[in-house]
Amino acid sequence: MKLAYWMYAGPAHIGTLRIASSFKNVHAIMHAPLGDDYFNVMRSMLERERDFTPVTASVVDRNVLARGSQEKVVDNIVRKDKEEKPDLIVLTPTCTSSILQEDLENFVQRAQLNSNSDVLLADVNHYRVNELQAGDRTLEQIIQFYLQKAQKKGDVVTEKTPHPSVNIIGISTLGFHHNHDCTELQKLMKDLGIEVNLILPESASVHDLKKIPSAWFNLVPYRELGLMSARYLEEEWGMPYVDITPMGVVETARCVRKIQQILNGLGASVDYEEFIEHQTLYVSQAAWFSRSIDCQNLTGKKAVVFGDNTHAVAMTKILAREMGIHVVLAGTYCKYDGDWFTQQVREYCHRVLISDDNGEIADAIAKIEPAAIFGTQMERHVGKRLNIPCGVISAPIHIQNFPIGYKPFMGYEGTNQIADLVYNSFTLGMEDHLLEIFGGHDTKEVITKGISADSDLNWDTEAQKELNKVPGFVRGKVKRNTEKFARDRGFEKITLEVLYAAKEAVSSVG
Amino acid sequence: MTFTPEKTATPELNFECETGNYHTFCPISCVAWLYQKIEDSFFLVIGTKTCGYFLQNAMGVMIFAEPRYAMAELEEGDISAQLNDYNELKRLCDQIKRDRNPSVIVWIGTCTTEIIKMDLEGIAPQLEQEIGIPIVVARANGLDYAFTQGEDTVLAAMANRCPKEAEVKQTEDKQERNAIQKLLNFGKKQEDTVHNEYHEHPPLVLFGSLPDPVVTNLTLELKKQGVKIDGWLPAKRYTELPVIDEGYYVAGVNPFLSRTATTLMRRRKCKLIGAPFPIGPDGTRAWIEKICSVLGVEPQGLEEREAKIWENLQDYVDLIKGKSVFFMGDNLLEISLARFLIRCGMTVPEIGIPYMDKRYQKAELDFLAQTCQEMGVSLPTIVEKPDNYNQLQRIKEIQPDLVITGMAHANPLEARGISTKWSVEFTFAQIHGFTNARDILELVTRPLRRNNNLKDLGWSKLVKEEATL
Repeated sequence: MKLAYWMYAGPAHIGTLRIASSFKNVHAIMHAPLGDDYFNVMRSMLERERDFTPVTASVVDRNVLARGSQEKVVDNIVRKDKEEKPDLIVLTPTCTSSILQEDLENFVQRAQLNSNSDVLLADVNHYRVNELQAGDRTLEQIIQFYLQKAQKKGDVVTEKTPHPSVNIIGISTLGFHHNHDCTELQKLMKDLGIEVNLILPESASVHDLKKIPSAWFNLVPYRELGLMSARYLEEEWGMPYVDITPMGVVETARCVRKIQQILNGLGASVDYEEFIEHQTLYVSQAAWFSRSIDCQNLTGKKAVVFGDNTHAVAMTKILAREMGIHVVLAGTYCKYDGDWFTQQVREYCHRVLISDDNGEIADAIAKIEPAAIFGTQMERHVGKRLNIPCGVISAPIHIQNFPIGYKPFMGYEGTNQIADLVYNSFTLGMEDHLLEIFGGHDTKEVITKGISADSDLNWDTEAQKELNKVPGFVRGKVKRNTEKFARDRGFEKITLEVLYAAKEAVSSVG
Repeated sequence: MTFTPEKTATPELNFECETGNYHTFCPISCVAWLYQKIEDSFFLVIGTKTCGYFLQNAMGVMIFAEPRYAMAELEEGDISAQLNDYNELKRLCDQIKRDRNPSVIVWIGTCTTEIIKMDLEGIAPQLEQEIGIPIVVARANGLDYAFTQGEDTVLAAMANRCPKEAEVKQTEDKQERNAIQKLLNFGKKQEDTVHNEYHEHPPLVLFGSLPDPVVTNLTLELKKQGVKIDGWLPAKRYTELPVIDEGYYVAGVNPFLSRTATTLMRRRKCKLIGAPFPIGPDGTRAWIEKICSVLGVEPQGLEEREAKIWENLQDYVDLIKGKSVFFMGDNLLEISLARFLIRCGMTVPEIGIPYMDKRYQKAELDFLAQTCQEMGVSLPTIVEKPDNYNQLQRIKEIQPDLVITGMAHANPLEARGISTKWSVEFTFAQIHGFTNARDILELVTRPLRRNNNLKDLGWSKLVKEEATL
């Protein structure tokens, strides 16, 4: 048993559901107790999704516990097949089904007999893998399933496209800025004269999966999602892949050069050097920013970076290499892939922290006292408590991290966004600090106090206590309204009764 | 609570039961409001990452405020019994005692502890002795319960911990324990108040967790009638749990507290006052009247009081009069809310509800039927354990003016031009008593007011083809 207050990566089934619901016309059925379908709430809220999330539960209740699921799971799969006519139904195990040890594989086989959709059992173990690993595995599993199916039918499209083309693998629902990154990557490919063959899994149809091998190579922008698929496609289908995250000016160039090398190796003849130079100097403002006076002032400032592997590595490199900021500590919660992290950031930071214990990270931040933090929502709140600004660079995230405006982290526009994020975090901190030194310029507070001190009314202790329970930001209004109410009716003392009577009377006016 | 299929006085109400394929919160969510209510408590949820993930996402910002709750996250060794449950829990509870020093630790049993049959009720008394902190066990799991029923399981467990008068007299001065009473009698002597302000009546204890301002408010309403509340389950602190003796009267403030009611009746030998719930001015009046009538007190001025509240609600009532509202059902407040909204002039084609205790909610159900009759509207169908998929088909057909539903369906329905109100807000907003009636309508009318503001823009349906729901 582990005492835990917070977790960075979710349980395994969340990863599977993220993949399943990213595809078009794929339905996931969770084998889970009532209330475990919280994924639907998150997707509907965070992504502001207009469509119903294609996830339902085959509810595990007391009866299931006593007698087993029996026909229930099979019936639910078959029912969903009739109702929604999906291409694929993914039966998703949860922590509950892991310990019930029912033969879900058998349910899948039986359900397959009576449904037109394909039926798959997600191959994830709740107690062994987390959300990120499960997502990676489920994507590989679905790709593998459909390629093998097509192979049997003999309709895999193995012939390469006439022009260089790419599959972008790893764009998924509830990913951190995934849809903006996706747009930016498509633009980058277009600029490089590369056709986008498929984007997986977001908005892809499983019918398209047989076309995967027709691309010249695969691009895996995120370390956490898609690498297993890319490796499988390399081994089985001889497809090379690029797994350099194009985040930051230097890494984007490195990614483009790697693509160039692969394409030329396959017989194309492309030279992207001029493109890289033009983008770096004139499209991205990040290179110029790093030379500007603004950025000079950031030199040697202390920062802490924490997040998933992809974003924490990229940010550490950008801060240290491209902006001259002193990254005191870089960390990740992807413990299962910690060696890769260490190897990537070792030369760019003072200390590496691999942990999924938010208390440990908070302590480290408090000790280091950096000028800015780049982390998840948890680090943002640590920053709030310690009065240190924080830029959010990685999941876990809140609704404000699903912006409507265009905010990629990848490609050349991504470098601009990151420069803003970094600069704003540091200057905000500086501004606060300066204000404090000069005693602040906000005098409104004092004036308000002057007015409210004018009150000629007495609040008795109970009413005062009750008033203090009102949230701070409306307390002033409640106080004024109550006093007005009391004055109008000639009460001299404000008691609990008066306070409630005022609420009843005043609220009717709005 | 097992309900006997007794003959109700409201045969008109139509009850149905569907498949139970619906969306609701897991009952462990009750820690979110209970740890705030019971200030010296610590809630330990014994479950998996799935439970933790749910809590941390459902509680949103609260999670960052150093909450007095944590997960005892079960690992593979716990599941396969390679680790000893007692030792593991002792280690964790020791740590909690060291770091937070709570007056009570509440263990929340989950689906996993049920399945692996972890004997929490057996371990707790032993460990309690060893570490010297009371441990209360509540099995608030998704196998058996929905959302607000979590509170019911916790309060039922707490009801067994309420002291008896004799025990209290031995240890401390009774007055010290009763914070509400102390607050209300601030600066006065206890004996004057009893004689001057309250009627003589048997002791009354209310049950149900409400925010402190609402507690004060309801206490005051009853005080106006000369009815004294002797205690409240739960109190602000675990150490202030009310005295409950045989023969005390108890009344519920929320519709989802049937286990607590059963426990108080059977184990503590209390007499339950079955009343509609104090939600809406009609409900509040009926609640007070019922309590008064049982305690032999003649209620004063309630009719005028209710009329006055309705007067203040008029602008909102005008907005919703004649409109229809569909409850998909997820928090058990549905019957009371529907009854109030029908009184406001709305029509209700369907009331979905996770679980319907016809005995505990009898007075409320009767009141609902009576309200329908008085307002001249047809009786709603009450659908227990609803099937969300089927409900969406019915919604598509009926096209109600408002759907009260969970967040999983709210955005997709809005995109299809159907106005929704997120049901969970009713659980967290202050909705009890006369004073808060306006807050309920504030919530109910919000989508309608928004629609009025945006009505000329021409974009109420925002999905391309009307996808098969």
